[in-house]
Amino acid sequence: MYEKRELNKIRDKRVDWEENCYSNMAKECPERKNKFENLSATKIKNVYTPEDIAHLDYIKDMGFPGGYPFLRGVYSTMYRGRLWTMRQFAGFGSAEETNQRYKYLLEHGETGLSVAFDYPTLYGYDTDNPLARGEFGKCGVAISSLQDMEILFSDIPIDKVTTSMTINGPAAIVWGFYIANAENRGISKNAIGGTIQNDILKEYIAQKSFIFPPEPSMRLIVDTFEYGFKQVPRWNTISISGYHIREAGSTAIQELAFTLGDGLEYVKSAMERGLLIDEFAPRLSFFFNAHSDFFEEIAKYRAARRIWAKELKKLGAKKDRSLLMRFHTQTAGCSLTAQQPEINIVRVTMQALAAVLGGTQSLHTNSMDEALALPSEKAARIALRTQQIIAEESGVTDTIDPLGGSYYIEWLTDKIEEETYKYFDKVKRFGGVIPAIENGFFQREIAESAYKYQKEIDKKERTIVGVNQYKMDEELSIPILEMDEKGEHRQINRLKKLRKDRNQSKFDRNLKRLRKAAEGDENLMPYILDCVHSYATLGETCDVLREVFGEYKEPAIY
Amino acid sequence: MERKIRVLIAKPGLDGHDRGAKIVARALRDAGMEVVYTGLHQTADMIVKTAVQEDVDVIGLSLLSGAHMTLFMDVTRLLKGKDMEDVLVVGGGVIPEEDIPKLKKAGIAGVFGPGTRIEDIVEFVRKNVKR
Repeated sequence: MYEKRELNKIRDKRVDWEENCYSNMAKECPERKNKFENLSATKIKNVYTPEDIAHLDYIKDMGFPGGYPFLRGVYSTMYRGRLWTMRQFAGFGSAEETNQRYKYLLEHGETGLSVAFDYPTLYGYDTDNPLARGEFGKCGVAISSLQDMEILFSDIPIDKVTTSMTINGPAAIVWGFYIANAENRGISKNAIGGTIQNDILKEYIAQKSFIFPPEPSMRLIVDTFEYGFKQVPRWNTISISGYHIREAGSTAIQELAFTLGDGLEYVKSAMERGLLIDEFAPRLSFFFNAHSDFFEEIAKYRAARRIWAKELKKLGAKKDRSLLMRFHTQTAGCSLTAQQPEINIVRVTMQALAAVLGGTQSLHTNSMDEALALPSEKAARIALRTQQIIAEESGVTDTIDPLGGSYYIEWLTDKIEEETYKYFDKVKRFGGVIPAIENGFFQREIAESAYKYQKEIDKKERTIVGVNQYKMDEELSIPILEMDEKGEHRQINRLKKLRKDRNQSKFDRNLKRLRKAAEGDENLMPYILDCVHSYATLGETCDVLREVFGEYKEPAIY
Repeated sequence: MERKIRVLIAKPGLDGHDRGAKIVARALRDAGMEVVYTGLHQTADMIVKTAVQEDVDVIGLSLLSGAHMTLFMDVTRLLKGKDMEDVLVVGGGVIPEEDIPKLKKAGIAGVFGPGTRIEDIVEFVRKNVKR
């Protein structure tokens, strides 16, 4: 971006500054640390100059917002036109309680919904399954049937508000609940919008709520892609997620590399099925973490967009909509401290700001009490207000990609991109993502980074305020969310009644048809929807698929 | 020369958060203990069976889903009458302050929440192991 003569002048000046200014000063007042490294162990220089970005070609490598390679943002107007969606992940106890929380959040200015399901639901078990013992409604809402979904969204305008659902193994069925609920309310499939996470590869890698082995899981995902762009055109049929990879302990670079690798694997699977890339790729979406290293996070989002656009182009995508990476961001749950929980508000603010400066399309800000329990109403409200302050008061939304062109940010964006491609090569050597999962490659890489991070904290090489520095004795005064103890009982009775009241012959017929289709190779979505409409429960429907597909067991690596 | 302390690190229930369990497993191994890690999705029954089979001195339970009051206590209940009463049981995860006294009463000797130094866990195990 600079002329050679100009660059030489800058280099001479910098060398002079290093030798005569910086080193002299550092002799009198030594550097605070032996090494300056970010969370991915990238060495950070004392200052960045035009030399560090001299290789960049503005038009080719950066461009303008809304155009290839989308480094500076996916839309030409970005936040000057429309702010990101403020979408708070929420769910606990019964459908009734969570419905109340959604209404509360919408009343306070939230602009999209995001459902957290409890563990039995994530694994495709009904609340009354013995394996669900102790887990009902604990870290999300329990949804065992279409009936629960009807309650969860009662009096919520699902033709106006979009909904994201964090569900993976049984995603096709839970999405079926949502679609069927809309249909029963007389809302067209064209009118509903939202996202299912539906990203099974990162389940094997990090989040671990898998049900079926890789092959049938990938088939179900491609089924939803196909059904989605044909029947539910406003739905994002996958949210390819780095969030959980990061929470499990990866670095930012690993998060990005593994997530993009997963994304490309889905694209290839869908193309192998014969789907056209420009038909399904516009409905792919992503989900990243916002951790505490401010600049590294911003650079990560920018690099993500550029790499995705390049790779999709290589795979033959022509439409801009296919090339542009839209993503949701959540602040880092694993960075929250149980000690002095109020200071988490500050962490969340910085992380959320990084996500916004990185150009996110939607955002969840964590509540200060999440290292202790599920968020209380007040904590959830403060988290939402944090986004509103960034959006309305800070001024950072007035221009697009305000850090674009910063020597440091552009250098770091490039560096992250370079390291990501190195990981792509490593995965290729295993023969692709699934063989690398089966080998335990990702799991080992993540466990290694997590252990290193913990050791750095224990040795005080990395400061965590309130944990290894600036500690205090405190009486915790955070109110903790109390759940309705009768919720589980109510849910079990509801399931009993549902099983008794439904049309049994229709139910039997639809499950039988699903089994037959699963044994063949048809798209399973229409069969799943028939089961859902006949009030087959999540557990019953998953059991049919478990019998046909088998279950995945992971090797225990540490 | 002393024999190695034998530890079972277990993940009860459906919770998939295994970052903490793996870090602790590795730290105890690095501290010279013999560590068996169950992997995910264990019922209380499976955990106790493994503990008996492996003849462990310590059981470390990790749970971040909030189901600890049920599942940790299932384990301590099942340990009774199995010649395992003296096994040291510890637990960790996202556990509200007010639950800790109840867990201790039920036989969970140590409860370690977010922000715990791994060395503190190693030290606690060394000091309190009884078998």
